[in-house]
Amino acid sequence: MSAPIIQTHELTKKYGNFTAVDRLNLSVHAGEVFGLLGPNGAGKTTTILMLLGLTEPTSGSVHVLGLDPSRQPLKVKSRVGYMPDQVGFYDELTAYENLAYIARLNSIAGDQIKKRIDEALARVGLEQVARKRVGTFSRGMRQRLGVAEVLIKQPQLIIMDEPTSGLDPEASHELLDMIRSLKEEGITLLLSSHLLHQVQAVCDRVGLFSHGKMVLEGAVDELAQQVLGGAYRIQISADGAQSEILKALKNVPGLAHIRAVNSRLYEMEAARDLRPEAAQAVLSAGGRLYKLDVQAQSLDDIYTAYFKEVEHDASRVPTAS
Amino acid sequence: MTQAVSQPQVKRQAQGVAARRVREGSPWTGMWAVVAKEMADHLSSVRMAILEALIVLTAIGTMYVATQDIQQRISRDEFLYLRLFTNARDPLPAFIGLLAFFIPLVAIALGFDSVNGEFNRRTMPRILAQPIYRDALLLGKFLAGLFTLALVCTAVWLLIFGMGVLRLGVAPGGEEVGRALLFLLATIFFGGIWLALAMVFSILFRQPATAALASIAAWLFFIVFWGMIAGLLAQALSPIRFGFAEEYIAQANLQLALGRFSPNTLYAETMVALLRPEIRSLGILMPSQMEGAILGAPLPLSESLVLIWPQLTGLIAGTIVLFALAYVLFQRQEIRP
Repeated sequence: MSAPIIQTHELTKKYGNFTAVDRLNLSVHAGEVFGLLGPNGAGKTTTILMLLGLTEPTSGSVHVLGLDPSRQPLKVKSRVGYMPDQVGFYDELTAYENLAYIARLNSIAGDQIKKRIDEALARVGLEQVARKRVGTFSRGMRQRLGVAEVLIKQPQLIIMDEPTSGLDPEASHELLDMIRSLKEEGITLLLSSHLLHQVQAVCDRVGLFSHGKMVLEGAVDELAQQVLGGAYRIQISADGAQSEILKALKNVPGLAHIRAVNSRLYEMEAARDLRPEAAQAVLSAGGRLYKLDVQAQSLDDIYTAYFKEVEHDASRVPTAS
Repeated sequence: MTQAVSQPQVKRQAQGVAARRVREGSPWTGMWAVVAKEMADHLSSVRMAILEALIVLTAIGTMYVATQDIQQRISRDEFLYLRLFTNARDPLPAFIGLLAFFIPLVAIALGFDSVNGEFNRRTMPRILAQPIYRDALLLGKFLAGLFTLALVCTAVWLLIFGMGVLRLGVAPGGEEVGRALLFLLATIFFGGIWLALAMVFSILFRQPATAALASIAAWLFFIVFWGMIAGLLAQALSPIRFGFAEEYIAQANLQLALGRFSPNTLYAETMVALLRPEIRSLGILMPSQMEGAILGAPLPLSESLVLIWPQLTGLIAGTIVLFALAYVLFQRQEIRP
């Protein structure tokens, strides 16, 4: 396996007494889409700033593309595209002028600038408004312009901080499509977000942040297994004697949990897809099966379950004052 | 084109870099891109257009009155062109007086939102994520301001000379041009001080309005109050107890020295010495020093330059010191919103 694109070791950042990032060990490999998840203030943005060398770590080490961002920031920043939270542009300049400034800051040769900007704008579908002032752009257009700006430097790694926050569903859908197509080109992406279902839709792996620590890490399925125990939630809608049906379902091998939601609806959790067995069980108990449905575990469930667990644990521990 | 770097190699590289503790790459990468962009912004902004119009109107107005005066007197003055700058007739003050008033305003207008404006537009993280150092951004912004200021001053300067040629019909002499050029240089650095100060405030305060008010407060302080404070301080620190002449001289000298902490004083003295060649001292002149001097005889340029050398270097040094302060503050600033 090739060396990771991003690797941090015991990375820590303190602002006075407040620890924003606490001993973070993170590695992201080439071609991956990695999602940093967590509530606001969990340390996601601080981590990103340290990856770019925009903030000095208090301790620990960071390597991005094999470079040290605090010592070789220019090399890192010319290979890494960064789209900040609520990306801002110079409103009085046109989209083209805004990108031209960025191109010059990246020391892109003068004869290349126009070609690269036109390509980038076409890629995000803004070529029609290239000569319009950014002040007239909608939120979604600005966000797309942010992607175009990142593409100008032809980066190996793209970091996006809350790319879809504040966008309407259509605009965020477009943005997620763009992220997928970047991934297909072999660009490594790091996203931070608190919008879980969107991250789930594009990320290969996710890391769950809480109070500066990465408390969970892995593919969404793995996390579901880890946090929820049962990875499958099966809903059964059936008529018939409830006690008989429940008894039959309880005997299904591999079942983790079963409960009756109402007189017709049952919900079971299992480590694997137990739909055929459940159907059989219902029929054998004399029930009439109307619907059989399996829900993929969503990140939302994992997230809620995890934080419930943590709170539960915390409430059991007597508070030392 | 993979970035496959083996682990030990990464470590060695990291250790080597850490051992040197040196940042790679030139701190000035991208600076000229910043200068070009900022200058374009300044020159196309409404704010600058208003101030430029004011200065040009002032130049034309005072110039018109001055040339009229000079034509009426038909004096055989050696320094006709310098009189264009210094001639005053009620109700209009001399051009240099108005310039000393306007230049700080222009400089403050150029600088008060240079850094906090980027934060408010949320462009700062995006710009600093480009392969440039903060040094390049700040110096680029400062130089763009200074160049814009120089451009405005030079344009007005040329306008005055052009009008002079048209209205007076005499070509300016070499020494006149030399004096006027040095005056132009002093004017630019006088603006530089206020520009650097406005930039310091734009780093300290997140609101551009606060930074603008703080800059204008500093300017008013030096224009209105510093003269009075210098007088009071001189009385307190060097009181006149017995009424000796030495005591009066010491107090007056202290007051002059204190007054020179104000950039306005430095600039006023520079202007006077450069544009009025007959001025031979900026302090107190003793009768003994006047022995053998022909009253009203002009000093050569080199002598006038010696006279205001400390003031001129003071203006340049003030600009550099204030910029250095802005630099230190900006380097330490967290870019988190």
